[in-house]
Amino acid sequence: MLAKRIIPCLDIKDGQTVKGTNFVNLRQAGDPIELGKLYSDQGADELVYLDITASHEGRKTFTELVKRIAQEINIPFTVGGGINELSDVDRLLNAGADKVSINSAALRRPELIDEIAKNFGSQVCVVAIDAKCEDDRMHENGDPLIDGDWVCYVNGGRVPTQYRLFDWAKEVNERGAGEILFTSMNHDGVKRGFADVALRKLADSLTIPVIASGGAGAKEHFRDTFLNGHSDAALAASVFHFGEIPIPELKQYLKGEGVNVRL
Amino acid sequence: MDIAIVKYNAGNIGSVENAVRRLGLEPVVTDDVEKIQSADRVIFPGQGEAHSTMAYLKAHRLDEVIVNLKQPVLGICIGMQLLCRHSEEQDTDCLGVFDVDVKRFIPQKHEDKVPQMGWNAIEQTKSELFEGFEKPEFVYFIHSFYVPTCEWTIATTDYIQPYSSALHKDNFFATQFHPEKSGKVGERILKNFFDVKCEM
Repeated sequence: MLAKRIIPCLDIKDGQTVKGTNFVNLRQAGDPIELGKLYSDQGADELVYLDITASHEGRKTFTELVKRIAQEINIPFTVGGGINELSDVDRLLNAGADKVSINSAALRRPELIDEIAKNFGSQVCVVAIDAKCEDDRMHENGDPLIDGDWVCYVNGGRVPTQYRLFDWAKEVNERGAGEILFTSMNHDGVKRGFADVALRKLADSLTIPVIASGGAGAKEHFRDTFLNGHSDAALAASVFHFGEIPIPELKQYLKGEGVNVRL
Repeated sequence: MDIAIVKYNAGNIGSVENAVRRLGLEPVVTDDVEKIQSADRVIFPGQGEAHSTMAYLKAHRLDEVIVNLKQPVLGICIGMQLLCRHSEEQDTDCLGVFDVDVKRFIPQKHEDKVPQMGWNAIEQTKSELFEGFEKPEFVYFIHSFYVPTCEWTIATTDYIQPYSSALHKDNFFATQFHPEKSGKVGERILKNFFDVKCEM
């Protein structure tokens, strides 16, 4: 049986790992390759490296970093950030990335998904969706009371679009993406758990794997998103970077709770 | 030890090169017939689609070269499928080292997503390739087609149904999973392959 995956996410700026809370306030959290190796040794199933420098110089630095990651890390890794066209995908896959994650570019020009799938295969194409439930009324854990109106955002969660989460996710699936990485902006940085109601709706309706992102604060949150949210994988950053949840401990716990994980 | 990695129109070949380097060895990625024939070990890796990769191998006459190799050969992912007789992927005739047909995964329920992508366990392992493993270990898979269990099966994995996650016949070894992306377990499998007794 396929194992549920634990994915640490490393935000990279100028070659260093940083982590934002609610998409602002960056804190330093280590060397990207050393940290990646550490996670891999601890049992992380995949890694995500997100380039949050948008400049041309920064992009070159990041490509060089991707080459070094590919040389040194022995598990699959996804890269994202600043991917706007097919040539960016080609450059990063050539540098050794296993998958690329696209976000704003896909919302601006959805055909990009079809083109990546056709040229490189669906399995390399992760579409990240940042969405926010516009209804402020919510349960204590951040799950919205009314689950319909999730608005998709671009530019790192700064600009709302006309797209709604469930419609967009369906389109992404149909255009040939390999996976969806859904970040709930309501839950991100709050550490009260993942958006399991919305995640479950996605996982139960789509034919591709769904990665939960945003809201991890305790081991129970991972259990809940796998068992209740039906997520295929769960992504987190700060709880791993600052040692709040050691990955070996998390996986032992999940196994005890009946979640199939790689140990 | 001379290690040749077969260069052809499949993806992911650089990952295998990197993985071999991490073991302290210096592989050559090549489509040069003599270099492939004279290597101590040959890895036939890749990720891709059966029809176009098979056409490329034929056009470059690598098909005959590969099936006639006498040193230990390791096919990985599409490399394993191409070593079989035929693939349902675009109805493609393959190399025929393993006389078994590659089939498409047919989902039986909603959770059966195709491709299988992620970590799954290898069970019933019986080969020097899996030397040192005492329990079903997890390895990394990405594939939409599979090889049914057959007389050359040396490991099985359960996804939709049990199937062959590794094969062995004479000097030919093959894994459906990616040892180069399977952490320490994958490194051990590659190392075991390099340690296979050579009967040339």
